Amino acid sequence: MIELIKNPNINFLGKRKFAFAFSGILSIIGIIAIVQIATGHANLGIDFAGGTAIQFKFEKPIALHNVRLALESGGLKDFDLQDLPSENKILIRVKKTDQELGKVSDAITTILSQKLPDNKYVVDSTTFIGPKVGGRLRADAAKAVAVAVIGILIYVAFRFQFKFGVGATIATFHDVLAVLGIFYLIGKEINLILITALLTVAGYSLTDTVVVFDRIRENLKARQREAVETVMNSSVNEVLSRTIITSTTVLLTSIALFFFGGEVIHDFSLAMVMGVIVGTYSSIFVASPIVLIWGGKRPFANK
Amino acid sequence: MKKKILWRLILIGVTVILAIIFFLPNTPVFQYTPEWWQKNMPNKGIVLGLDLQGGLHLVFEVEGDKAVELSTERYASRLRDLFTKKKLTADVAVSGLTITVSPSNMETRKVVEDNYPTLILSEAGGKLVCKMSDKEAKRIKDNAADQALETIRNRIDQFGVAEPTIHRQGDNEIVVQLPGVKEPKRAIDLIGKTAQLEFKLVDDEAKVAAEIPQAVLQGEEDNILKQFAGKIPEGDEILFEKKVNRETGAVRKIPILLKKQAALTGDLLSDAKINIDSRFSEPYVSISFNAAGASLFEEVTGANVKKRLAIILDNTVYSAPVIQEKIAGGNAQITGSFTMDEAKDLSIVLKAGALPAPLKMLQNVTVGPSLGRDSIEAGKMAGIIGTVAVIIFMIFYYRFSGVIADFALLLNILLLLGAMASLNATLTLPGIAGIILAIGMAVDSNVLMFERMRDELRSGKTPRSAVDSGYDKAFWTIFDSHVTTLITAAVLFQFGTGPIKGFAVTLSLGVAINLFTALIGTKSVFDIINSKRELKKLSI
Repeated sequence: MIELIKNPNINFLGKRKFAFAFSGILSIIGIIAIVQIATGHANLGIDFAGGTAIQFKFEKPIALHNVRLALESGGLKDFDLQDLPSENKILIRVKKTDQELGKVSDAITTILSQKLPDNKYVVDSTTFIGPKVGGRLRADAAKAVAVAVIGILIYVAFRFQFKFGVGATIATFHDVLAVLGIFYLIGKEINLILITALLTVAGYSLTDTVVVFDRIRENLKARQREAVETVMNSSVNEVLSRTIITSTTVLLTSIALFFFGGEVIHDFSLAMVMGVIVGTYSSIFVASPIVLIWGGKRPFANK
Repeated sequence: MKKKILWRLILIGVTVILAIIFFLPNTPVFQYTPEWWQKNMPNKGIVLGLDLQGGLHLVFEVEGDKAVELSTERYASRLRDLFTKKKLTADVAVSGLTITVSPSNMETRKVVEDNYPTLILSEAGGKLVCKMSDKEAKRIKDNAADQALETIRNRIDQFGVAEPTIHRQGDNEIVVQLPGVKEPKRAIDLIGKTAQLEFKLVDDEAKVAAEIPQAVLQGEEDNILKQFAGKIPEGDEILFEKKVNRETGAVRKIPILLKKQAALTGDLLSDAKINIDSRFSEPYVSISFNAAGASLFEEVTGANVKKRLAIILDNTVYSAPVIQEKIAGGNAQITGSFTMDEAKDLSIVLKAGALPAPLKMLQNVTVGPSLGRDSIEAGKMAGIIGTVAVIIFMIFYYRFSGVIADFALLLNILLLLGAMASLNATLTLPGIAGIILAIGMAVDSNVLMFERMRDELRSGKTPRSAVDSGYDKAFWTIFDSHVTTLITAAVLFQFGTGPIKGFAVTLSLGVAINLFTALIGTKSVFDIINSKRELKKLSI
């Protein structure tokens, strides 16, 4: 049989100080991102912020700069441009406008036809989200995350013990914060698709954590005499190859999505790739140490 | 033991056959099936979401407050008529949702009470103040939303869209989904137009009429309105007619002074048809009134010969011809340099009736057909590459057991597609991502089992008991990990909108089916191999 590491015996829990420091930084970035999102300073997608987005596909290659000049001279204000040069596509976003949708998108199409007459285009997609809907989507997303977290906490607390529930929840939160923080740092758009990806990451990372906890529970019951830390460490080591194999297969499909899945889910797959990596790390380095330092009486002790 | 395996195999066989039958409509094979099959067997399959087949997703808000205001105005105008009929001298004024009748006395009060018992009456300074009750206002708003839904449905039906979805959401919102529409802007205009048709007399006799300019440039309407505010007679208003120069395309606006009170409205129409003018071969819309409308039209035209009567749609004047003689029969024409499409859409909205209140667009997601096609192609590509990569990796790492896991994986994909088709679930782009992720996660159950089996082999057990105890020990881990994923998927389904729901559907189905294939499928294969002869060595 092929084995990644023969009988691994790595002292994962002993490295918890480094892990906590590293994870602390990731989490703080994530929290900053949340504050920035809440105060409206982050790059919110129009599904949350409200506004209009139109994607054009041009016949011939087009320079972003020319589109910008055309729109500016046409009197359009406060817009963002993004291009996909390989397919001659340009995405124009206008956030938070008081005008009606028809007016903004009409204005843009008119300007482009007038100023760039020799490059024909088709409209790939138009999205308009009114401020009311944006607010509702934001609230729904926040609610979804909250309910998911509570549901997970309850299930894990019920199947294991409360401190395991807390450990799993913190580890899961950590992964979501980390991916959100990185997305915020690299200036990616925070939108509904990203929230979906984050919840998927949460689900995945939780699975990982539950598998580790499962083994810890089993071993704690069987090896009552050994120190909790030793049992935890060997449990993490025992499931290490499973953790790595499964992460690899999920990574394989996420990477396939990232490179071949098309423009619309590009960011989704990027979040998944990051999430799988962070989730694997956290189930090894974060979840168990939290249960350990939580202290108290030995989990799953006889009597 | 053997009997148990047989039952499991039958179960797998049946689910596979069902999955194939349900998924068949989504494959090219379906068109070669005999007619009886296409008629009687599942023929819908998985439905493509708007993001994949292109189309419109619109959310409108029915501005119910406007409907209440309109009702208030209608009440007031009816009260005026009643007072005149009863020969009572009473003044009726409307402001917002309040009608003020002065003077307040026994007679006026009786008229109001008899005709509008729902109005809440009070007295202030010798005037009768009539307010719309909250309950009544709510009823009107509710009615407006129902009526708007019905009107939109009629308009869409006549416009011709295959399989539209139109439904109410919450108190006052209407969701419209139009798959595969090629002219999104036209469809939006058609739905959103209030289509309030009115006939109003032009007030050419007022002194100020001569001072109003012949025409202004587009964009200067507000200046004109400001300039003449207060100068125009009580009960008059200025509306604009749009004139487009045929050669240059330049737009001019012609201000027209009108009597505010409509002489006739579009709710008295019985039909609207598109016709072609023989002289300019230009399309126009001919309308016919119902009996009540026809006699009113005859009366109005008879009493106002040589005056102009303006035809107004949503506060824009389309034309204002001079009444040459009394018009009997109840037919009229609306002209206004229309294109064929514009004239057709106008006839549709007039026939389907006006919206009871204006609509405000809250959300519009329009996806062009080419983007949808690209997305499907990209999704297929990513799915195939991801699957092949996982298959190769599993065989590389687990050898023959990897082949078993791959068998479970393919079974998983087939059952997932079949389950989605049986539910006629909508596949969205995030849904495709969900499937691909499920593929990546699907092998996890097998990995958990295999690792356990390896542990058991290492501890010196025979292949058969290693398989059994590995399976047993992995069971609860697999169960726990799947339930937690299901929790997040369920939450996504509950709180997600549109595309996210699609993702939640595929993810949760994927997880559930994964439990089945791993616990029934993989185990059966091992059992079959073990039951033939005792394995000396397990390729894992």
